[in-house]
Amino acid sequence: MFIPCDRGGGSAAPDFKGFTLLMPAVSVGNVGQLAIDLVISTLDMTKVGYFYTDCLVPMVGNNPYATAEENSTELSINAEVYFLPSKKLVVLQIRSPFIKNKYRPFCETLLSWVKSSKCARVVLLSSSHAYQRDDEQLLGTPLRYLLTPDLEKAVGGRMQELNWKEMEKVAAYPGISDTDKVLHIPGGGITKLLFTESCSKGIHMAVLLKFCSEGDNIPDAFVLVNYLNEWLQLIKSEVNPSSQWKIPSSWRLLFGNGLPPALF
Amino acid sequence: MATFFGEVVVAPSRAGLDEEEEAREETPEDREIRREIEKKRYRRRFPRLRLESREREIDVLWTWKSGGRAEEPLVCSRFIVAIGRNAAAFLSSFILDSVCWEVVGVVKLWNEWCRTSSTTNVLPTDSFCLFYRLISDPTVLLCQCSCYVAEDQQFQWLEKVFGSMQKKGLQVTILSTCPVADYKTQESTLTLASPFLKALKTKEFQEQVCCPLLEQPNIVRDLPAA
Repeated sequence: MFIPCDRGGGSAAPDFKGFTLLMPAVSVGNVGQLAIDLVISTLDMTKVGYFYTDCLVPMVGNNPYATAEENSTELSINAEVYFLPSKKLVVLQIRSPFIKNKYRPFCETLLSWVKSSKCARVVLLSSSHAYQRDDEQLLGTPLRYLLTPDLEKAVGGRMQELNWKEMEKVAAYPGISDTDKVLHIPGGGITKLLFTESCSKGIHMAVLLKFCSEGDNIPDAFVLVNYLNEWLQLIKSEVNPSSQWKIPSSWRLLFGNGLPPALF
Repeated sequence: MATFFGEVVVAPSRAGLDEEEEAREETPEDREIRREIEKKRYRRRFPRLRLESREREIDVLWTWKSGGRAEEPLVCSRFIVAIGRNAAAFLSSFILDSVCWEVVGVVKLWNEWCRTSSTTNVLPTDSFCLFYRLISDPTVLLCQCSCYVAEDQQFQWLEKVFGSMQKKGLQVTILSTCPVADYKTQESTLTLASPFLKALKTKEFQEQVCCPLLEQPNIVRDLPAA
């Protein structure tokens, strides 16, 4: 699945042992993916490879994180892996939706790659439909977290210190009070599947998600990436943290071209 | 999402995942019901189409060897692929002729948008995917793909076509078109001089490109991207 880039100088495939894998779920508002774009762009991460997979819709373009003419011509595709050894961070960015009926095989292959590359933990950035919140969820923070049981033992205390809110379980049959509670993440894409599979396979996974709606999701991405930063401390956050994140050049023209002058 | 008139409208999500897929596990009974519904839908839309279990599979038939299927890989130094009706028409108008080029292969596929057959005698208005070889230099291959290759068939197309080729020293050129309205630029596309050419290239391609490179945030999708 993972194909390392040829970095020249005969370099071998990078070693991800003990690293944190940060990745998005393709979910409502694409918030996870936008947040990952901010991380890669701000930390100026190096691309070390891509996923060769038939599970995602193909796409290709030039370098979305280009800062100058010289670095703007590297091709970029739908699933790429970036690396920052100084923070023991490896990031997977997914840029297109899943092909019908292919999201399960993708999850299986991804989790077995996580196991074989011996990543210490996986942090999944995601989102969920804001309109599906219940009365209690409408109040307070729109951010939630989830931890697999193994990771709960390691970092559960830190989440308590940060005063974070765990994602609530909902009744399996709404309206009937004495039913089992289940995890329900509407609009979260593969989030629930990856989380439940990680629980059963003993993979250390944390999910960070935000309730949001479709629209201009750039502010949601900033909120989510700042939430992530409270825990992982990727950038210094004493001053206004939002101003520290660098917006990539590919975010230009997200809502269309310039207007024809003849309109006026 | 509630609208002005108070009715609830489910907005399609850019996330792309079908909610139904992830929400429930399909039981064997569900699967049987879905299959029967799909059968009926196909029969109503294509009365003469017999539903085959491998209807989404594509077949690549090489005709240059007797028996129809090439066992040895095709030695290829240059492969030019024209995807879409405009690009295919460009090749028909300016490059292809029956004197210098011979048909060596055909792709047979079916999807909801089009169906191609194994015939190599096609009209410009048909949907087809044909391979030609330059008679004077048999390592130069050309593909005209005017049919639409669906998302779930694109990977298969690639594996089957390139799987038949010896890829050492191979240079691939892909010709395709996109609507000007999809081009993202600071100015309005109304005032843009069109048509115009843009290119994408891998870093291994060292030759001069004949036009400017495609700027972000523009991207390429579907079979050309694959």
